[in-house]
Amino acid sequence: MSTAKISNVVVVDYGMGNLRSVAKALEHVAPEGVSVRVSGCPNELAAADRIVFPGQGAARDCMAELRQRGLHDALLDAARSKPFLGICMGMQVLMTHSEENDGTPCLDMFPGEVRFFGHDLHDATGERLKIPHMGWNRVQQTRPHPIWEGIEDGERFYFVHSYHVMPTESNLTLATTEYGLSFVSAIARANVAAVQFHPEKSAEAGLRLLANFLHWMP
Amino acid sequence: MLAKRIIPCLDVAEGRVVKGVQFLGLRDAGDPVEVARRYDAEGADELTFLDISASHEGRETMLHVVERVADQVFIPLTVGGGIRTLDDVRRMLNAGADKVSINTAAVSNPDFVRAASDKVGSQCIVVAIDAKRVSAPGEPLRWEIFTHGGRKPTGLDAIEWAQKMVAYGAGELLVTSMDRDGTRIGFDLELMRTIGESVEVPTIASGGVGNLDHLNDGILKGKADAVLAASIFHFGEFTVHQAKEHMALAGIEVRL
Repeated sequence: MSTAKISNVVVVDYGMGNLRSVAKALEHVAPEGVSVRVSGCPNELAAADRIVFPGQGAARDCMAELRQRGLHDALLDAARSKPFLGICMGMQVLMTHSEENDGTPCLDMFPGEVRFFGHDLHDATGERLKIPHMGWNRVQQTRPHPIWEGIEDGERFYFVHSYHVMPTESNLTLATTEYGLSFVSAIARANVAAVQFHPEKSAEAGLRLLANFLHWMP
Repeated sequence: MLAKRIIPCLDVAEGRVVKGVQFLGLRDAGDPVEVARRYDAEGADELTFLDISASHEGRETMLHVVERVADQVFIPLTVGGGIRTLDDVRRMLNAGADKVSINTAAVSNPDFVRAASDKVGSQCIVVAIDAKRVSAPGEPLRWEIFTHGGRKPTGLDAIEWAQKMVAYGAGELLVTSMDRDGTRIGFDLELMRTIGESVEVPTIASGGVGNLDHLNDGILKGKADAVLAASIFHFGEFTVHQAKEHMALAGIEVRL
């Protein structure tokens, strides 16, 4: 038997929220020989086989922390070269610009804006919708992708956010979700996938998505 | 469409789930991890742990309970009870909680809510609103905030307080009717609806659930985004799944 290569997954730590849940969920589904570590060290990002980029909080703080910790370039390099999963704020800051905090320039990995849902949001029946968008909503897959393997189209995932991405290029979109409007809830291109919802908090479907990411060979 | 949520609430004392039994006081109801796993398997949308430990040791134990649950149960977890400082908030979130619920500390020091939401984001901050009806029959409805399990009045108008807490950064409100808590006769629906319609953030209805129709009422008449219940699930009367099926039959969007 050949020795299995130890695959190294790094969850990017930049001081934005609790990464324990993301790491534990990945460990829960990681095949044998896969190690999961939380790190904020640019060298470790460079050495990783896969990157998970979570995040919560405000866009401006997020970008400031990335710069301060010298992770900006390491993150862009990783997103060009290895399987990369952005989660929640880790999806939003991949875009060009966010309107949060009176306007925040972001990583500009993908052209597009991050917009506020709006204060006067209603569903089709006229019912007023609360902000943040918090809870389990349906994710409509707009095209096939390895991260959807074994996940039903329209499956519910757990969301909590007040802003959503608007990519300029529609072929970036991987899924949409309805909340007063139809917004982009997942994107993917080449070796990068990113989701607005929290797979680490989405029970079986979320764990399945994380497992799919660990097996993904883009 | 976004699903309405069912949130079982577990009271934890000294690291064990406890439940109140009439005339008998608190009874041990099991290991928090086991109970949490069971609710998760039944389809609970989130879990709330309320630490009712009397001792400092009990509160330290709670941190380990949260760690153990978060390592095995992959749905959102909220922890309340004894959250008084930024350090309490940080330690609970680092242990694996997704949100903390702030109650008494918000009343004694509203700026704590602002500081906490600035620090960790409002999505992590739930403010617990314990309200009692204080209007006389025939008068326009009025509720006041009470602390210490409903024993201590504060003079604060519940609706104004709810709006203030949202302005201070609460991402969600857990609204408990102290008149109904433990009565099993249903939520105070006027209270739920009035608060729900006066704030932009999601509201969780709590206090008084005795049967599955009460849960439906909380959503349909109380306009709550989520319903929280303890005893109807703890005593095995109903499973979370049964509650969701009952809600679905009433036309409520749920995650089944």
